[in-house]
Amino acid sequence: MKTLIKTLHAALLSTSLLAAAGAQAADVEVLHWWTAGGEARSVAELKKMLEAKGHKWKDFAVAGGGGENAMTVLKSRVVSGNPPTAAQIKGPSIQEWGAEGVLANMNDVAKAGNWDGLLPPVVANVMKYKGNYVAVPVNVHRVNWMWANPEVFKKAGVAIPKTWDEFPAAAEKLQKAGFIPVAHGGQPWQDFTVFESVVMGVGGPAFYKKALVDLDQASLKGPTMIKALETLQMVRKYIDKDAANRDWNLATAMVINGKAAMQFMGDWAKGEFSAAGKKPGKDYVCLPAPGTANAFTFNIDSLVMFTQKSADAKKGQQDLATAVMSPEFQEVFNLNKGSIPARQGMDLAKFDDCAKQSAADFTASAKSGGLVPSIAHQMAVPAATAGAIQDVVTQFFNSHTMTPKAAADKLALAAKVR
Amino acid sequence: MNATVLSSTTAPAARPARRCRWCDTLDAWLPKLVVAPTFVCSLVFVYGYILWTAVLSLTPSRLLPNYEFAGLAQYEALFDNERWWQALSNLAVFGGGFIVICLAVGLLLAVLLDQKIRAEGFIRSIYLYPMALSFIVTGTAWKWILNPEFGIEKLVHDWGFTNFTFDWLIDPEWSIYTVIVAAVWQSSGFVMALFLAGLRGIDDSIIKAAQVDGASMPTIYRRIIIPSLRPVFFSSFMILAHIAVKSFDLVMALTNGGPGFSSDLPATFMYSFAFTRNQIGLGAASAMMMLMIVVAVIVPFMYSEMRRSRHG
Repeated sequence: MKTLIKTLHAALLSTSLLAAAGAQAADVEVLHWWTAGGEARSVAELKKMLEAKGHKWKDFAVAGGGGENAMTVLKSRVVSGNPPTAAQIKGPSIQEWGAEGVLANMNDVAKAGNWDGLLPPVVANVMKYKGNYVAVPVNVHRVNWMWANPEVFKKAGVAIPKTWDEFPAAAEKLQKAGFIPVAHGGQPWQDFTVFESVVMGVGGPAFYKKALVDLDQASLKGPTMIKALETLQMVRKYIDKDAANRDWNLATAMVINGKAAMQFMGDWAKGEFSAAGKKPGKDYVCLPAPGTANAFTFNIDSLVMFTQKSADAKKGQQDLATAVMSPEFQEVFNLNKGSIPARQGMDLAKFDDCAKQSAADFTASAKSGGLVPSIAHQMAVPAATAGAIQDVVTQFFNSHTMTPKAAADKLALAAKVR
Repeated sequence: MNATVLSSTTAPAARPARRCRWCDTLDAWLPKLVVAPTFVCSLVFVYGYILWTAVLSLTPSRLLPNYEFAGLAQYEALFDNERWWQALSNLAVFGGGFIVICLAVGLLLAVLLDQKIRAEGFIRSIYLYPMALSFIVTGTAWKWILNPEFGIEKLVHDWGFTNFTFDWLIDPEWSIYTVIVAAVWQSSGFVMALFLAGLRGIDDSIIKAAQVDGASMPTIYRRIIIPSLRPVFFSSFMILAHIAVKSFDLVMALTNGGPGFSSDLPATFMYSFAFTRNQIGLGAASAMMMLMIVVAVIVPFMYSEMRRSRHG
């Protein structure tokens, strides 16, 4: 009996000590879904950096899908008044969370770190709610890439098309030579990704911005959009009929093993090529999608900062933001993930040629106005609107009867969904 | 337990009255006490949340719940949504096809199994086995079987019949029928088991009497056996109908709602609007409509069955 009381006593004492310790050290808790190979290694790096500054890293990874599970967990945490330090949220969703009044102001850190000088204004605006920094960018993915297998093009005796006008002739020859011209996975978001690159190639960055970022009704219904949809119809002819519901990485595999000639996909596809031991420039080439050489549709992951109660937690949060923007983290994270740093003016010696071209185009298009958010990857318009537009695109893409004109009218209608 | 039963039934007078007053109170309260936790749980977690969903469907909630009153705006938006109509018509096709085919196949299998054949137990477990798999497994397996690139179509092509096409899975007009195929495969064995139990419950002497009267076997089935299976039809229908309305995992695994959104069902619609598109209000409205569908189908059916059984 005595020993029992003693152990109970000890247990009570230790829990109270633990609670006290928890209150003193700043826990840095980051909700994310970077759980696969390279991504997980990148997060481990961030953990190391924060522990070097004396903070306790509390991993809060919720795997699954495009972060749907993580968002559900996050909502319940925020509603119960116990938000994590930061969460992986991107694009216009940052504005939606800002409107709920739960985000922390990071202006001091941003000023100390000269974020305004390091980020292109288009990117900085995504990170701000009502002019205040509330998020920090982790990486930049380029969506308007075309991944091509040069060996296949050589066998078919055609050059890789640079514009959508050259595209049908090249695709025709590829098909005659027994190849699948375009590797594609028939999932709504992949249909949407191809659509986005086609609109950019046909209409140019100014049109893209007007139609798919500002949601201008006249542009959505207009002749340029109809032409883009006709082009999309043309591209569809060169996709194999078994593409329905194929995952994007299986489509990439078709390009890798020479069954298909090219794929329109963001630069996360590079990871598949690297994993198969292929070298950029030799075994595969990365080119901007036809007609989009001067444009860059970006998909930026960011960590959004939630309002913290204690001063310690705030300190930890600020150190987290500083660490994420540091050149060391931006380099190691993006080397692992296949993207490029969001921070400008970094030494890119360790990156491959595709990443170097991506970075050069990023800087150049930021100056020329060709740097625009990707609508297919939830960067351009709120989730509800993007979803409604995606429904129309995927319906058109899979329909044998819908005309481009009818699809354009439907697009305009979908853009009104708020 | 036995002692209390004995004391309260056989010899109440032999015991002091004080103790029995306790007995009576306990007797009266025990069932209520035992049922109370379940009752409270279902009150809160079923009806409470139904009520909460109903409230949310009347608000403009987007990312997080918000309790301004928005009237029926979400319902108007819902019925303006082409994808919702697609989901509803898919539910009609899927629900109708699934229930009818499942009942037909299940009944046929049960009747055939009931012919006093050899190895019945073995065959019965084979038919019942799909029920042991989750819909996710069924969906994934059928996705591979039906995929023209490496499924049935490829197999028949390899046999030399190159004109053969079987591409329902990737055809927006037909994709919903693949869901019926997979769902019937999964559930008809279970319906068979229900019917088999029903068949075994029929009194042999009725059938013998009919045989003596010179009725042929088909007539016996048509006029006597199948009509007496009515309660089994009823319970199978109830089970299948609610599987159909809440069907989610099978579609997710088999077609993921595609191609496009051609095989969307109300459940997948609700999930994508409430959880991926930050439109909780609209998602709640669609969930309420799903509830209405269940109520509209089940309540009249249940009512008529109840009345019939009360009248004998």
